Amino acid sequence: MQSIVIDGLAKKYENVTAVDGLSLQVEYGELFGLLGPNGAGKTTTINVLCGLLDPTKGSVQVGGHDITKEPTNVKEIIGVCPQETAIYTYLTGMENVQFFGNLHAMSPDNLRKRSRDLLERLGLLEDANRSAGKYSGGMRRRLNIAIALVHDPQIVFLDEPTVGMDVQSRHAVWDFIRQLKTRGKTVVLTTHYMEEAEELCDRVGIIDHGKLIALDAPRNLNSRFKTRDLEELFIKLTGRRIRSEA
Amino acid sequence: MKIQRIGALVNKELVKIIREPAQLFLIILFPLILTLAFGVSFGGTQSVSYQIGVVNLNSGAVFSQWADFLIGNLTSVRILKVRLYEANETAQADLIEGKIQGVLIIPKNFGQSCVSYWLSAHQSLWVKTDLQLYLDSGSMFATQAIPPIVQQALVWTVLGANTTFISLPVTIANPSTVASKNFTTFDFMAPGIFTFAMTFLIMTISQSFTSERQQGLLRRINTTPTSSTELMLGQAISNMLTAVLQGVLLLAMAFALGFHPAADLPGLILAFVILMIFSLCCVGFGLITAAISKSPEVATGVAFVFIIPLMFLGTYVTDILPQTAKAFSILVPSYHATEVLTSLLLRGAPILSQTVLSSGAILVTYSLLIFIVGIALFNRFGWS
Repeated sequence: MQSIVIDGLAKKYENVTAVDGLSLQVEYGELFGLLGPNGAGKTTTINVLCGLLDPTKGSVQVGGHDITKEPTNVKEIIGVCPQETAIYTYLTGMENVQFFGNLHAMSPDNLRKRSRDLLERLGLLEDANRSAGKYSGGMRRRLNIAIALVHDPQIVFLDEPTVGMDVQSRHAVWDFIRQLKTRGKTVVLTTHYMEEAEELCDRVGIIDHGKLIALDAPRNLNSRFKTRDLEELFIKLTGRRIRSEA
Repeated sequence: MKIQRIGALVNKELVKIIREPAQLFLIILFPLILTLAFGVSFGGTQSVSYQIGVVNLNSGAVFSQWADFLIGNLTSVRILKVRLYEANETAQADLIEGKIQGVLIIPKNFGQSCVSYWLSAHQSLWVKTDLQLYLDSGSMFATQAIPPIVQQALVWTVLGANTTFISLPVTIANPSTVASKNFTTFDFMAPGIFTFAMTFLIMTISQSFTSERQQGLLRRINTTPTSSTELMLGQAISNMLTAVLQGVLLLAMAFALGFHPAADLPGLILAFVILMIFSLCCVGFGLITAAISKSPEVATGVAFVFIIPLMFLGTYVTDILPQTAKAFSILVPSYHATEVLTSLLLRGAPILSQTVLSSGAILVTYSLLIFIVGIALFNRFGWS
């Protein structure tokens, strides 16, 4: 069963082509990595999948719904963790989570239970009633993730979820992402940390200049292109380092 | 549309006012300080008085008693000291020399005009005439205070005194209680101060939207099933509630400083409704500002493009403007809000009186129009 179907997706901004003829499918329960340097078109692709941008060409189905025709149906089943930490600094951590839970029209009991559970699992429960503006950078990023997951979405988009985190926090988030997979969630992860993708993803799609240049399980790709890791693979495919443009 | 979503959006906005120092200052503290400053300076128990010269050209003409009633009503207002002049030239000379703050010319056909009002319900049959009023442009407060008092005295004369002289099947209340009211300059300013305070919502709303857009919060909300209508309704409702809160606090502060509204309960309720409607207008201007501003800093500057004309043409400073500038007042919604508030709170006008209805209707039309334009512009340019 396919959770996400992208067919010939193109997105142009005036003279710039951000995504150019992208086609791929993501299975239900799959942890899929969208890799590429900054400006490759990852975030644009995610924004189209979330209904934030209209595609210039091609079609996108998320959870069986066409994103251009049924955006509200799509938004009910997705959870989005944006690259920037989009939180209300004057609300507490708990209030932030509950605010977005209410936007998803969750029942009060479920929302109370779910927000508490999420904050606990992300190590934020002790600080749940503190103003989010007083959180450290790592705490803010974890709250960013909690907000995306409060309504227990079927499909989760995590856009660079560990950028700027220390190693310990990053590993804690990795564990959390693995738990999502074990609970049957479809996770689309964008990252330019190759080790993160190798560690977590069932399959990865590598994008460069808006085009898909490789698509398979990390192990299969390394085996096919005779490379040690995805970083080396990217150099082999594009002639440059993935983080050099970051 | 889900009430739960709108409720969450309203709650978030109200929490923001309490927790964000800048919002708390602009929406609550600044208006309170302003009211306090004006109340202490121009209010209290000490009343001021203005000298006004009256030239009665109706004297000796037919129905000359009407002019006497008007002079009597003007004299009964304690804030005015009436001095009678035989000739306009002498009165004008005293006005120029600053001996008096205003000159009122009662025209020759004033009495005829008053009588024609009562003889026919058809306006076409009325004898129309103008009272000429000259004011000392150097006296800021005289220009604010005298016109509404003369207007009120005229109303008392035409409507109130008639019951004893002309038999009509209409009962008109005896204006004697109103005549004893002791106005201060602050009384005349208070309704305009309430309107002025509300114009700062334009700044806070536009800052709020641009800041949320900059931080990616609007995009994040847009990834939820929340519709644009729910988001706008959340803004409108939260700001209407803010308007009521602001109104209650300002009225309480003004009351403590000696401002005693002449409105009855329905009048007071309508005054708050007017404030809520005007807040909708401010939300509209805020959305327009947010749609054309890239950042909160830019929004702060752009907001003044709307705040300044609203303030000068439609609040407590309007009366000091020259006549040519005043002519533009009817074009701004704040003028109509202040007009209704003044009629209700200062003059004790009934809620169905002509000024309240006409200015109220214009305000509603303006507010809805500006709100709709704001939503349209924000939906087109404001989300990203």
